[in-house]
Amino acid sequence: MTTELKESLIQHFNTLEKTPSSALLVDTRKEAISAFQELGFPTTKHEEWKYTNLKNTIAKTYAIESAATFSAEDIKTLTALPIDCYKVIFVNGIFSPSLSTIDAAGVTIEPFQTSNQEVVKNYFAKNLPYNDSMVALNVAFATAGTLIHVKAKQHVAKPIVCFYLSDVRSANVFAQPSVLVVVEEAASATVVELNRSLGSNTAFTNAFTHAILKKEAYLEQYKIQNDIDNSNFVHNSQIVHEGKSNSYTTTITLNGGLVRNNLNITLGAEHCEAYLNGLYLEKGAQHVDNHTLVDHAMPNCYSNELYKGILDGKSTGVFNGKIWVRKDAQKTNAFQSNKNILLSKEASVHTKPQLEIFADDVKCSHGATTGQLDPEAMFYLRARGVGEDKAKKMLVHAIAFDVLDKVKHDELRAYLEQEIEERLK
Amino acid sequence: MLSIKNLHARIEEKEILRGINLEVKAGEVHAIMGPNGSGKSTLASVLAGRSDYEVTSGSVTLNGKDLLDLSPEDRAREGVFLAFQYPIEIPGVSTINFMKTAVNEIREYRGQETMDAVSFLKLMKEKMKLVEIDESLLKRALNEGFSGGEKKRNEIFQMAMLEPSLAILDETDSGLDIDALRIVANGVNKLKTPNNATIVVTHYQRLLDYIIPDFVHVLYKGRIVKSGTKELALELEEKGYDWIKAEADAQTV
Ligand SMILES: Nc1ncnc2c1ncn2[C@@H]1O[C@H](COP(=O)(O)OP(=O)(O)OP(=O)(O)O)[C@@H](O)[C@H]1O
Ligand SMILES: [Mg+2]
Repeated sequence: MTTELKESLIQHFNTLEKTPSSALLVDTRKEAISAFQELGFPTTKHEEWKYTNLKNTIAKTYAIESAATFSAEDIKTLTALPIDCYKVIFVNGIFSPSLSTIDAAGVTIEPFQTSNQEVVKNYFAKNLPYNDSMVALNVAFATAGTLIHVKAKQHVAKPIVCFYLSDVRSANVFAQPSVLVVVEEAASATVVELNRSLGSNTAFTNAFTHAILKKEAYLEQYKIQNDIDNSNFVHNSQIVHEGKSNSYTTTITLNGGLVRNNLNITLGAEHCEAYLNGLYLEKGAQHVDNHTLVDHAMPNCYSNELYKGILDGKSTGVFNGKIWVRKDAQKTNAFQSNKNILLSKEASVHTKPQLEIFADDVKCSHGATTGQLDPEAMFYLRARGVGEDKAKKMLVHAIAFDVLDKVKHDELRAYLEQEIEERLK
Repeated sequence: MLSIKNLHARIEEKEILRGINLEVKAGEVHAIMGPNGSGKSTLASVLAGRSDYEVTSGSVTLNGKDLLDLSPEDRAREGVFLAFQYPIEIPGVSTINFMKTAVNEIREYRGQETMDAVSFLKLMKEKMKLVEIDESLLKRALNEGFSGGEKKRNEIFQMAMLEPSLAILDETDSGLDIDALRIVANGVNKLKTPNNATIVVTHYQRLLDYIIPDFVHVLYKGRIVKSGTKELALELEEKGYDWIKAEADAQTV
C-alpha cells in the first residue's frame, strides 16, 4: 500500500530525531519532512508524474538505511571503473568516508556531519521549492550526505565518481544518497554519478544532487545509469548557476527498471551556459523518464539541450523539457531537441517540450520527433550486403554516438562507448 | 546470368513495371535509357530488393537463382550491386566502417574466410586509387556533406570493394564533371571481367562514349519498347524520344 512506505518513513524520521546526528540541517529537514508528509509519494494524478507510476515500487517493503554488509571484494567489483578517478562511495544511501578516496587535491570530499557546516547550511536544499515530493523526501533524511567542495581557482582534472551502491542480496533496499557540490570561483570539476546494485531483490534509490556554481566556475556532470533490472532510480538534480558559469550535464541510461531523472537548472546570473545531453537505450520492460527544467532567470544566457532515445521491447519513455524564460531574461538563447526511435511496435514514448517565454528579445527553438529507424538507410546498408540485424545496430550506434561525441572526458567516453557496445550486443 | 521475364511491379496500386523482359549475359554491358518516370529506377530498385515495390508477376533469376525470393542483403551477397541514383546520407556511419562489415558478411555468406584489418586496408587503398577517392571522405559519415560528384564516386568505390557479378548503375553519370565522369567510367571499365555484367541507366550518350554498351534498351511506361546496339543511343541523342513514344503508343492502343 502506498501509505505504508510513507508512514514508515515518517516514523523513521521521528525515531532519528532522537539521535545525536539529527542536529544537522534540522530546520531544513523538518521543513522537508512536512512537505513530504503533505504531498506523499507522487502519483499519476500529478501532472509531472502522469506517465511514471511509482505505485508498484512503493508497494514493496524496504529496509531503510540498512547497514552495509559488502565485503571488500564486493566493493572492489562494484566500484570497478577503467578510469583514473576519485571514488566517493555510498552504501545503501550512506556516504562511507572509509571506503572513499577523499585525499583529492583542490577539493574536499567530506560527510555533511564533519564538513564545513556553514557551507552545508548555506547551500544544501536552500530555496528549493518542494513541488516534487521526492526531493523533499531525500532532504528530510540528508544527514549522511557528502559535500564535494571545489576550492577557488582549482581545476580538479580527475573525475570525482559517486557510486550509489545498494545491497539487495537479502532484502529490498530503499536508499537516499545526498550530495552537495559547490564549485567556487574560477574552479572546475567533473562529477560522475553511478548507481550499482548487487542482488536480486529490488533497489529503490532516491538520490539528490545539489550543485552550486560560482563566478567563472565550470562543472561537468555525468549520470550513468546501467544497473540491474530491479533497480528503480529517482535522481533529483539541481544545478544553480550563482555566477557567470558553465555547466555540462550528460545523462545516460542503459539499464535499470524504472528510472526518473529530474534535472533542474537555474541560470541565475548573466552570461551563463548550460548544456544538457541525454541518451536512453531501453529494452524489455524498462521505463525511463527524463524531466528537465532550464530556468532562464537572467539575461544573456545560453542553454542547449539534446536528448535521444532508442526504445525496444515493451519499454516506455518520457521526455518532458521545460524552458522558462523569465521577464528579465532578455537575449536568451535556448535550444532543445528530443529525438526518439522506436525499434518495436510495443515500445512507446511520450515527449513534451514546454516553453514558457515571458521576455520578448529571445531566441528559442525546440523540436521533438518520434519515429522508426530510417528505412532508406536500412535499405542502403542491406543492399550492400549488411544483414538486417547488423544494419539496425549500426544505425542505433550512430544515434547513440551522436550523444557520446559530446562527452568531453576521453577515458569516460571510451568507457561509455564500451558499455554501449556491450549493451547493444 | 540475369534473366528477367514478364516482370510486373507496382507501388501503392500504381503499376509501374508492366512486363519487362531482359536477358543479360556474363561479360555484357547493357544501357537502359528512357524518358523521366518511365520506370528505370523502379526496375533497379526491384532488382535490389526494395520492399516498397510489390512484384505482381514475372520472375528474375541470377545465375539460375530466384532473386525475388531473397532479402536485399542476400541479393548483394549473391552479387547484385545497385549504385543509387540518389545516394542517401547516413549520419554517424562512415563508409569504411560499414564497408568492413559488408565485405565480411558477404565473404561469410560465400563460405570465405573473413578479412582481417590489414588485408581490408590493403584492399581499400587499392580500390581508392582505382576511383581516385580520398580516404578522408571515406572516414566521414556516409555522404554527409558530400558533393553530388563525391557521392557518385563513393558509390563506385563501394562497387569496386564488393566486386559484384551484376552491377546496376542508376544515373551514376548525372552530376559528374567531365573529369569525374572519365574517372568513374574508367573505374567501371577496369572492373569489367568476362564473368560479370553491368547495366547502366543513363540519359546521356556521353557516358556511353566511355562505357561502351553491347545493347541499348529504351524503357517507356514500364516496358522495354525498343532494343538495339550502341547506335540506338546515338539516334536517341539526335532525335529524342518522341518517335519511340509514338511507335509504342500506337502499338498499345
Ligand atoms: N513511392 C512512390 N509512390 C508513388 N509513385 C512512385 C513512387 N516511386 C516511384 N513512383 C512513380 O513511378 C514512376 C517511375 O519512377 P522511376 O523513378 O522508376 O522513373 P525513372 O525512369 O527512374 O525516372 P528518372 O529518369 O526521372 O530517374 C514515376 O511516375 C514515379 O512517380
Ligand atoms: Mg531514375
